[in-house]
Amino acid sequence: MTGTTVTGSPITSTPTIALHNALIVTPDGVVESDLLVAGDRIERLGTGDADVHVDIGGAWVGPGFVDLHSHLREPGFEWKEDITSGSRAGAAGGYTALVAMPNTAPAIDAGHRARFVIDRGREAGFLEVVPAGAITMGRRGEALAHLDELWAAGVRIFTDDGDTLADSGLLRSAMEYLAERGGVVAQHAEDPGLARGGHMHEGTVSSRLGITGLPALAEETVIARDLSLVTLTGVRYHTQHISTAAGAALIKEAKDQGLPVTAEVTPHHLHFDHTRVETMDPDFKMYPPLRTAGDVEGMRVALHEGVIDAVATDHAPHAAYESEVPFEEAPRGVIGLETAAAAVLTALDPEPVMFFTMMSVAPARIASLGGQGQWIAEGSPANLTVFDPDPTWTPEHFASKSQNSPFRGVKLRGKVRATIFRGRLTHQDLE
Amino acid sequence: MKHLLAIDQLDRPAIEEILDLADHFTEVLSRDIPKVPALRGATIATLFFEGSTRTRLSFEKAAKALSADVLNFTPSTSSLSKGESLKDTALTVQAMGTDLMVVRHAMVGAPHRVASWVDCSVINAGDGAHQHPTQALLDALTLRRHWGKLDGLRIAIVGDIRHSRVARSNIAAFTTLGATVTLVAPPTLLPEDVTDFGGTIASDFDEILPDLDVIYMLRIQLERGSGPVLPSLPEYVARFGLNRSRFERLPPEAVVMHPGPMNRGIEIDPAVADGARSLITAQVSNGVATRMAVLFRLLTGKAQP
Repeated sequence: MTGTTVTGSPITSTPTIALHNALIVTPDGVVESDLLVAGDRIERLGTGDADVHVDIGGAWVGPGFVDLHSHLREPGFEWKEDITSGSRAGAAGGYTALVAMPNTAPAIDAGHRARFVIDRGREAGFLEVVPAGAITMGRRGEALAHLDELWAAGVRIFTDDGDTLADSGLLRSAMEYLAERGGVVAQHAEDPGLARGGHMHEGTVSSRLGITGLPALAEETVIARDLSLVTLTGVRYHTQHISTAAGAALIKEAKDQGLPVTAEVTPHHLHFDHTRVETMDPDFKMYPPLRTAGDVEGMRVALHEGVIDAVATDHAPHAAYESEVPFEEAPRGVIGLETAAAAVLTALDPEPVMFFTMMSVAPARIASLGGQGQWIAEGSPANLTVFDPDPTWTPEHFASKSQNSPFRGVKLRGKVRATIFRGRLTHQDLE
Repeated sequence: MKHLLAIDQLDRPAIEEILDLADHFTEVLSRDIPKVPALRGATIATLFFEGSTRTRLSFEKAAKALSADVLNFTPSTSSLSKGESLKDTALTVQAMGTDLMVVRHAMVGAPHRVASWVDCSVINAGDGAHQHPTQALLDALTLRRHWGKLDGLRIAIVGDIRHSRVARSNIAAFTTLGATVTLVAPPTLLPEDVTDFGGTIASDFDEILPDLDVIYMLRIQLERGSGPVLPSLPEYVARFGLNRSRFERLPPEAVVMHPGPMNRGIEIDPAVADGARSLITAQVSNGVATRMAVLFRLLTGKAQP
């Protein structure tokens, strides 16, 4: 039996919250305990007086999820999503921090633009919104963005995501500049020449359908080139939404050599292969594309082994009417914030510590987010996710403004029961 | 069968049933009054989002020979230029009382998308590089009428196979009916992975000529020359054009086909295209009877006239 009861005096400040019947996930294992949250901190592992009492019925409690890769679409594409609706979707998915991709209009290539995103995230108040900065002005791949301004605004991850920074000389400059700061260069790895005109993975299915393919090699060659530049510059390098087993092998090799390299994978690349495109459904159109069944298995193994550090959603909302077109004309990308955790549990069935590591601790470390991704302990920040690993459900409707999910109708296991951001309940789904 | 979207939805008996119907309608078309009332009262709409004259005319003639009413939708005279989505266009045409839509589109899967939104029947009249099932059926009919059957025929399909919906449909139809198919193209005009295509690949056109019964030339899109996939058009023509000397090395009874429109002097020599062993005009004629058969089959549900 789970439920929420509100007792005590009228609320004048952040109410204190007592989580009863919790399985607290810590690096040393899972601890059965109550948990008391006061203000924006964890007061104690144990019970006590509280304004709000929540019985979570034996669900896992761990550090709030952190997404390294969200497209919140504001400014410029607010009919798809905005920072408020994206934040609400994030909270519903158990997230307490989102790294917002800079491919907005205008692109996030200067300090005031980054501050706009941060401010809008604070106004929304569901979670921490941290912009990634563009590497180049307007993401055009021609001249460096205002990297110092972005840094001063709090940006720590830099990417031209959506496009690959193909110019090796420019990329080298950005890497040298950011290596000095300790910033992260994140790459959407897809060689534009090899990927030209492509709409899906190049292979048997694309050949049969007559759709121009994006070869796996387009990802592999960019990662290989970038790793040479990482060796040269020493910059922290992060491969976004890796999709190929060969790409993961390159990351493993780089890590074995001690290079400061990390990688993320999306939930959809852990679940679906390119045969899904036979449905012609644009909810299976994304870049990088869905690859082979072997690649899906390769992604699962690499994530399980820690070669891939983090799960990232690549949450990419599009209005329904934008996809009422043929597959090749449809916009790219799918939403993911509200299904990511269940999709990961369903695909990998990880131990709880590993689960919260790939969903929270590792991405927070990559994004240099101090108040996020900290294991539960007395005094640590009250950014928490309550996740019940047992129930199965079938996603149909989403808090996001857009509904373009490949997981609609797919049976998933595990539900986010509550999200607590800075000591406040931002989402709850308790019977 | 409600829709005809791809040739692989038809097994051998289903193809042969349509070809038998087409034989019947060929006879109808040879009458003094080449018209039957089979589809009187039905409304057939052609939605050609990609330019085509012969295919649209062929469907229109087929529909009229069955006494159906025909609505023609073309983007230049439509609201597409005003930004209407494919779905809205399809629903609008359906709302006018359409029983069957014939859809051509430059993008793969457009007819499949339309079929998922409307209640009426949909025929794919060509979607990108994917499928053109009525072309495959009319080519199969043409070969069956010439040879009696396709079993054992040795067919080469030559040219831009990668970008060809005709090749993708015809390979499936020809092999289903018992022919063997060889694909001849430079590597950049072959699909990346043909493992499940059901044809073998030959890079040397000249070598296979003496062992062919049918040579099926595809149209080369002229802009592909001197681009990323071909060094130049003259080099392509030298290696893969069906010129007179290649034609003379074919067995004496071998025939030549082309889906049109032809680039005379590029992929095919004019004398070969117009010669006695060319089936190109027969393909066009057979197209009308084949489309009558498909329209009849989908709208009446009957396999017999």
